[in-house]
Amino acid sequence: MHLPPFETLIDAHATELHRFLVGCVGPTEAEDCLQETFMSALRAYRRLDNGDNLRAWLYTIARRKATDAIRRGARRPTRELTRVDPVAPPAPEPPDDGIWRSVRDLPGKQRDAIVHRFVLDLAYAEIGSRMGTSEEAARQNVSAGLRRLRREVAP
Amino acid sequence: MTRDLETRLTDSLAPSTAPDLVRLRTSLARRAADEGLLDVAYGSYDSPLGPLTLIVTPRGLVRLSYPGEGIADQLDELAERVSPRILEAPERTDAVRRQLEEYFIGERRTFELPIDWRLVRGFAGNVLRATVRIPFGSVSSYRSVAAEAGSPNAYRAAGNALGSNPVPIVVPCHRVLHAGGGLGGYTGGVDRKRFLLRLEGVLPAASGA
Repeated sequence: MHLPPFETLIDAHATELHRFLVGCVGPTEAEDCLQETFMSALRAYRRLDNGDNLRAWLYTIARRKATDAIRRGARRPTRELTRVDPVAPPAPEPPDDGIWRSVRDLPGKQRDAIVHRFVLDLAYAEIGSRMGTSEEAARQNVSAGLRRLRREVAP
Repeated sequence: MTRDLETRLTDSLAPSTAPDLVRLRTSLARRAADEGLLDVAYGSYDSPLGPLTLIVTPRGLVRLSYPGEGIADQLDELAERVSPRILEAPERTDAVRRQLEEYFIGERRTFELPIDWRLVRGFAGNVLRATVRIPFGSVSSYRSVAAEAGSPNAYRAAGNALGSNPVPIVVPCHRVLHAGGGLGGYTGGVDRKRFLLRLEGVLPAASGA
């Protein structure tokens, strides 16, 4: 089994993973999560015995990092912005961030499914395969998430 | 209402979604090196002979290539034969770049760089190690390099080994010529071989041309 150079994973997946993470944790935390995702991936890379679906593997790690970041954020009101460069200004919040704040508060599976559906624009079958669930479960997670959002966002 | 909510979800993320990939790469490379996870690092150097790709491992310089040699193929080969933990990390190649700069401006005659020989096998390794011992400003022949490597008659095999030298310039295969005085071949093309031999004073400086 032959793994591609790790660098090619950054070229192929960083931008899309970042979109996914912005949806999950917001723009300020997303860069940090992205870096942690690739660090964890790099640590595990040599031991990986299956290079067939590296993208799904990266998403599994990214979901875990997003969940960690959300837990950290809940515990700690003032978060450390970045360990990379302490003087870097935080990324500006996008204008319509309100709705995404509500997405971040959804239960993990609903949140991930919503992000896959609306940020990455994936079909339910693909969402299911990336999240390790059936197509039907992916559809249910999205609609449960939407129902919940509608209750919270609607006046 | 449903459509409305879905439209908001689809549209609202678009503007803020480009990650800072330069910063990502820089910090990944640094952290990976700190944790001993960076098995192969590469960068490039704008030399008088065109942009060179420099590839290093913790053991030393493993590959130096001329433009047009196909970086993707080289990285694939390294992923298979050394390790797939490969990152673009130009600062890891600084020492190599600095010595090459000194060499090209005429301030360095010997490279003091450890070499990682993992891309070289068997007799080719002997040939290239013998080539390293040819001093700046001198030349040798395919036959005598083969002899140095232990097989005086294997000069054709020696030629092949030099032709696939993974670390040209630093392992100075350009100093090996035909016994009759012909320049012989070169990985980067004969023009580059001529350039290096002029730089080292073996060939007279180009007149007018």
